[in-house]
Amino acid sequence: MARFLARRLVLMLLTVVAISVISFFIIILPPGDFVDRLVQEANQYGENLEPHEIEDLRRNYGLDRSAVEQYFVWVRNILLRGDFGYSFGWDLPVSELIGQRLGLTALLSVVTLLFVWIVAIPVGIYAAVRKYSLGDYVFTFLGFIGLAIPNFLLALVLLYISFRYFGQSVGGLFSPEYVNAPWTLARFADLLSHLWIPVIVLGTAGTAEIIRKIRANLLDELHRPYVLTARAKGLGETHLLLKYPVRHSLNPFVSELNDLFVKIVSGETIVAVVLGLQTTGPLLLEALKEEDLYLASTLIMFLSFLAVLGTLVSDLLLMLLDPKIRRQAASQEMM
Amino acid sequence: MTYAAHLSHSQLVIRRFLRHRLGIFGGVMTLLIYLVAAFVEFLAPHAPNTYQARDVYAPPQNVRWILDGPDGRRIQPHVFGLRSTTDYNTGQRVFEEDPERVIELGFLVRGDSYRFWGLVPANLHFVGPKDPGERVYFLGADRLGRDVLSRTIHATRVSMTIGLVGVGISLVLGIAIGGVSGYFGGIVDLAIQRLIEFLQSLPSIPLWIGLAAAIPPTTPPIRTYFFITAILSIIGWTGLARVVRGRFMALKDENFVKAALLDGNRPVRIIRRHMVPNFLSHIIAVVTLAIPGMIIAETSLSFLGIGLRPPVVSWGVLLQEAQNLRSIATAPWLFLPGAAVVVAVLSLNFLGDGLRDAADPYAN
Repeated sequence: MARFLARRLVLMLLTVVAISVISFFIIILPPGDFVDRLVQEANQYGENLEPHEIEDLRRNYGLDRSAVEQYFVWVRNILLRGDFGYSFGWDLPVSELIGQRLGLTALLSVVTLLFVWIVAIPVGIYAAVRKYSLGDYVFTFLGFIGLAIPNFLLALVLLYISFRYFGQSVGGLFSPEYVNAPWTLARFADLLSHLWIPVIVLGTAGTAEIIRKIRANLLDELHRPYVLTARAKGLGETHLLLKYPVRHSLNPFVSELNDLFVKIVSGETIVAVVLGLQTTGPLLLEALKEEDLYLASTLIMFLSFLAVLGTLVSDLLLMLLDPKIRRQAASQEMM
Repeated sequence: MTYAAHLSHSQLVIRRFLRHRLGIFGGVMTLLIYLVAAFVEFLAPHAPNTYQARDVYAPPQNVRWILDGPDGRRIQPHVFGLRSTTDYNTGQRVFEEDPERVIELGFLVRGDSYRFWGLVPANLHFVGPKDPGERVYFLGADRLGRDVLSRTIHATRVSMTIGLVGVGISLVLGIAIGGVSGYFGGIVDLAIQRLIEFLQSLPSIPLWIGLAAAIPPTTPPIRTYFFITAILSIIGWTGLARVVRGRFMALKDENFVKAALLDGNRPVRIIRRHMVPNFLSHIIAVVTLAIPGMIIAETSLSFLGIGLRPPVVSWGVLLQEAQNLRSIATAPWLFLPGAAVVVAVLSLNFLGDGLRDAADPYAN
C-alpha cells in the first residue's frame, strides 16, 4: 500500500509538470496575444498605436520574450514565491482572483462525486437484483436520458422549469446578499441551498454511466457458484449481497481508468457558465477570450491538477473499501 | 443452434445484431437522421437564414386539415396567418391566429431557392406553403423571425458530420498510434500507454475551449469546421488507440492465429483473413459509441460561442439563441435543436450498444 502510494505520488508529480507545460503552451503558442487585443480595441476607438508603443506594451507585459523563456519565468515565480503571475485583463494577481473560485469548484466537484456514488451504487444494485422489474426499466430509461442530454442543456431546462413553474431564478451559488459576504454559517447554509442544482446537472451523466456498469457487473456475479455456496451456508441475503458480489462489481472501476472525477471537473466549466456559478468556469472562458495568458494557464493547470488529485483520492478510498482492489493495485505495481 | 457452426463470423455478427431490438431501432433512427442530413435543403420548408421581421418569436402554428372555402369543404392542409399585438401591460408581443388569412400548405412545393449539395440549383421543398411568398412556422420562429424547424433541419448536416469527421480523424490517429504501440511493444508501447493515460487524466473541456478560443473569429467557416474536428480528435484518439492495441494484443495469442501461422500463412493474410474480421466489429462498435461524444462536444463548444459561429448552422450554434432565460421563457420552442441532439445521441448509443453486443457473437 505504501509503495503503491509512493509510486502514484511520483507519477502525479511528473503529471503536474507535464500539465504545467501543456497549460502554458496551449495559450501562448497560437498566434495572437493580449497586446494584439489591446491594439485591436484601440483601432475600434479610432486610435492607432505606433509600432514602438506596441513594443513597449509587449515589454511591459513580458510578452516580448520567447515562449520558452516566459514559461520558465512563470514556473520559477510559482516555485520560489508562489506567484502565479498577473492577470492582464483584471489588473490583479492571479492568485487573488482564483483562490475562492477554485475552492468552490473543488467543493462542487467533490460533492458531485459523492452524490454520484451515493445514488449510483444502491440504484445499480437494485436494478441488478430486481432485473426487468418496473424500477429497473425506469432507471434504465432515466439513465439513457441522462447520458444523452448534454450538461448545459440539462442546466438550461432546469433553469427554464424553475423559472416557468416556480417563478424563481436558480442560477448562481449564492443569494445576492451573500455573494460578497465573508464566510459565515449563514453563508454556508445559503451555498448548500444553491448547490443541489449544479450537483444534479453535473452528476446525472456520471450517475447514469455508473448505474449501467454496476448493474452489468453485478449481473455477471449473481449466478456465480460462490454466491450459491454462501447462500447454502445460510448467509442472509442482504449481508451476502453486500459482502461478496457487490464488492466484485465495484472492482472494474479501479482496474479500468477511473475517469468519473475528471469528467465532473471538465463538465463543471460549461455548467458554471450556464448557471452563472461563482466558480472557475466563467473566469476561464473570459480569460481565454481575452488572451489573458497567466490567468488562463493557471486555471487550466489547477483544474487538471484537481482532476488528477481527485482521481488519486477516489482510487485510494476504493482501495480502503475493498481488499481485492488493494491486491489488484499491488499486482499492477509489479508489472 | 447446431447449424450456427456453418455460418461465417460476419453472418454470426449480423444475426446477433438483428436480435438486439433497441440496437435495430437505434440503427434505423441513425439512418433516418443521416438521410435528413443528406437532404436538408429539400426537407426544410425554408432556407435557414431567411427571416420575416414581423414574425419575431412567432409561436408554432397549428396545422388544420379541413378547409371551408367558397367552393365547399375540402381536405386541404393549411395554417392561419399570425397577427401580433403588443400587450402594453407586459410589453410583450402577443400572437393570435387570423382565420381570414389562410395559408395553404402542400407537398413538393416551390419555395426558397437553393443549390442542392452546392451544385444543382433548385427550389423544390418537401412541404411548405403553396405560395412561395408566404412563410409557415411548424415549430415557431426565433429572435429574428427565422423558422426554427428549418434551421434545426439544416443544422443536422453540420452537427452529424462533425461527429463523423472527428471520429474519422481520431480513428486514423488511433489505429496508427495504437498499431505502433501494439506492434513494437516494449518501451515504445509503455511510452505510448503512459501518454494515453496522461491525456485521459486531463479534463477535456478546459483544454478544448483553450484550443478553440485560439481560432480567430475571422476564420472562414470551413476552416473553423476542420479546426474544431481536429481539436476534438486530439483527445478522441486515445480511447480508440487503446481498443485497437488491446484487440491486436489479445488476438495475437489466440490459437486460431497460431494455427494459421503454423499452416504456413503469410502475416498479411493472417491479419486480413483472420484478425481484421475479428476486431472489425469491435472497432465499428467503438467508433459508433464515440460519435455521440463528439456531437455533444461540438454542441457545447458552439453553445459557449467558441466553436462554430453563425452564419454556420449547427445545433450548438442554434442553442446559443436559448442562452438566456428571457428568450427561452418567451419562446420555449428554441429548445428544439436540443431535442434533436438528444434524439441523435440516444440513437447512436442504442446502435453502438447493439453493435458492441454483436461484436462478440460467441459470448452469452
